[in-house]
Amino acid sequence: MAKPPRKTPAAKKSPAAKKSAPARKSSTPSKPVAKTTGGLKTPIYKATKAELMDFYEQMLLIRRFEEKAGQLYGLGLIGGFCHLYIGQEAVVTGLQSAIEPGKDSVITGYRDHGHMLACGIDPKIVMAELTGRASGISKGKGGSMHMFSVDHGFYGGHGIVGAQVSLGTGLAFAHKYKEDGGVCLAYFGDGASNQGQVYESFNMAELWQLPVVFVIENNQYAMGTSVNRSSAEDQLYRRGESFRIPGMQVDGMDVLAVRGAVEEALKDVRGGGGPVLMELKTYRYRGHSMSDPAKYRSREEVQNIREKSDPIERLKAMLMKQGVAEDELKILDKKVRKTVADAADFAEESPEPELAELYTDVLVEQY
Amino acid sequence: MTDKPAEIMFAQACNMAMAKAMADDPKVIIMGEDIADEQGGGVFKVTLGLSEKFGTDRVRSTPISEQAIVGAAVGSAMVGYKPVAEIMLMNFITVAMDQIVNHAAKLRFMSGGQTTVPLTIRTTTGAGTGLGGQHSDMLEAWLAHVPGLKVVAASNPADAYGLLYSSIMDPNPVIFIENTPGYFVKGPAPAPDHVVPLGKASVPREGTDVTLIGYGSSISRCHAAADKLAEDGISCEIVDLRTIAPYDEETVLKSVAKTKAAVVVHEAVRNFGVGAEISSRIHEELFSELKAPVGRVGSGYAPVPFSPAIEKAWMFSQEDIEREVHKILG
Ligand SMILES: Cc1ncc(C[n+]2csc(CCOP(=O)(O)OP(=O)(O)O)c2C)c(N)n1
Ligand SMILES: [Mg+2]
Repeated sequence: MAKPPRKTPAAKKSPAAKKSAPARKSSTPSKPVAKTTGGLKTPIYKATKAELMDFYEQMLLIRRFEEKAGQLYGLGLIGGFCHLYIGQEAVVTGLQSAIEPGKDSVITGYRDHGHMLACGIDPKIVMAELTGRASGISKGKGGSMHMFSVDHGFYGGHGIVGAQVSLGTGLAFAHKYKEDGGVCLAYFGDGASNQGQVYESFNMAELWQLPVVFVIENNQYAMGTSVNRSSAEDQLYRRGESFRIPGMQVDGMDVLAVRGAVEEALKDVRGGGGPVLMELKTYRYRGHSMSDPAKYRSREEVQNIREKSDPIERLKAMLMKQGVAEDELKILDKKVRKTVADAADFAEESPEPELAELYTDVLVEQY
Repeated sequence: MTDKPAEIMFAQACNMAMAKAMADDPKVIIMGEDIADEQGGGVFKVTLGLSEKFGTDRVRSTPISEQAIVGAAVGSAMVGYKPVAEIMLMNFITVAMDQIVNHAAKLRFMSGGQTTVPLTIRTTTGAGTGLGGQHSDMLEAWLAHVPGLKVVAASNPADAYGLLYSSIMDPNPVIFIENTPGYFVKGPAPAPDHVVPLGKASVPREGTDVTLIGYGSSISRCHAAADKLAEDGISCEIVDLRTIAPYDEETVLKSVAKTKAAVVVHEAVRNFGVGAEISSRIHEELFSELKAPVGRVGSGYAPVPFSPAIEKAWMFSQEDIEREVHKILG
């Protein structure tokens, strides 16, 4: 076997500052001087108690929703591939809390249920899509991996790994062209970061200074392949360097770190600075999809992360330290459970699509 | 005492064919996403055990980089290796279409015969289990339309074994299409030296009234329909193409010249499908002898829907075959 590839050591506290690429002079003076990975800060967000409670509720909703989806899958009510977001809740909660609904746009891969909930989409119609019902958000035609809500600026839900990065670049192009002030959050995985089109998009986005935040949800695995087995540069926040896209590596298990970092990123992007790359270090607790025997990692590894870094438990501990009564959190939990139970009931009771629906929406006009 | 012949699953047959090819020829190497044992031996376990047996130098898990996988396979094939590139699902082949269509298929021709590309791309697909629009497509017609490629689809484990071995040893680029829902279907185990030549169809059922022409996942439904139609007194002959491109026209025309009626059956969308080409050729050659125009059965002209209720409506079925036969025979 060849010798192992060179590795960059993991970033410490302030990855950006320490890992900055050597400052380079721009060869074309008209082009803004490249921002290095060191250009941005990653402060911890100072949340009010109400905000903390909101974060907690949001993360809990995603977790309980996903647990329920897992149960319905086990009962045979959901078919196909179903990818759960459990463990990664702080990423989408922190990021989505910072954007402006109605102005910004969001796009992601197939692990999309959490993103939809964090966009404020009704859990009922998300769950009904999972069960393939007519009342589902894509009328039952898309399924778990392919969901959209144009009303919420949510452009999917995509099953081809990495493709959403190019599509997101297009959304950002439109924001800039229309001058609507919007930013696109384009989410993708550590595995997706090895697709060629991601880098074509990076180059174009920087070249055209597009308002996009490239969000790598580094949950350490792409199906059965761990990130360091697939990636020559496994410090993924550096992947934009040769395109002069500043990168930041953030603790994706800490909602306040996520929120703090994305605010800095958004400030930069909204200020016309072009794209920013965020790497959120996170972890998926469940298998890649529902049918994953997970032989590529140990139970202890998963257990260890759950015990030490669970984003929900972490926030709960913080809330309790700030004097929030356990009862208050219990009430919240009850409320969330009810929302999820109602969504599941709705998803089970809704009718299936009419057969004629097969030939609607194929083209704009009917054929 | 009943001596039941040994049976194996389709997925196992593919695994055994690769193992034999690797043992027979050190130039055979395999690459693809998650295919080594540490990553699970492939999502559908088709390569399970191969990295342990032949080492991770020869059985390589790759990053999720289809274009680079196929490109690297084409490059190494050009200098004499026999790479088997696994593309996890057929829809992901779209990402590598440039390497397949512009390079693998044309290098020999454009170099005036100086180069050959003994490459095999294994991939799998198939609707019916709710994988939705981006994970279920049958794209064989796209590939069959490209001169310079061979396209193969087996309908049973023994054929899969014999055809995959031939594909790997073939000096041309071959796309070997497996059927995901069919991976667990069992059939008689082949002898270790069983080889099925490319470009040769089989006739697994003889009949006199109509020829059903199919390949891959459509063959089991053709058999079921033929059983049903026999009850109505209609005798079906079945031609299993095995190689879609270039296909065994001789066997097809011989059968249809006998039955004087034909229905082409595939899971791929009916419009612009392989069935259109075959039907057209039959008309060109046997028009005046036919009892009726050639029939075609395929799936609906829509993306594969997620919801099981409408996915079933999208998918071609045994009943569609029966209906089409009744329609053309009047
Ligand atoms: C182009 C393409 N290749 C392969 C796949 C199969 N596949 C689906 S998800 C996945 C792993 C992706 O991992 P990552 O990007 O890290 O996202 P995660 O699942 O961890 O959220 C693979 C290989 C695909 N859907 N599309
Ligand atoms: Mg991942």
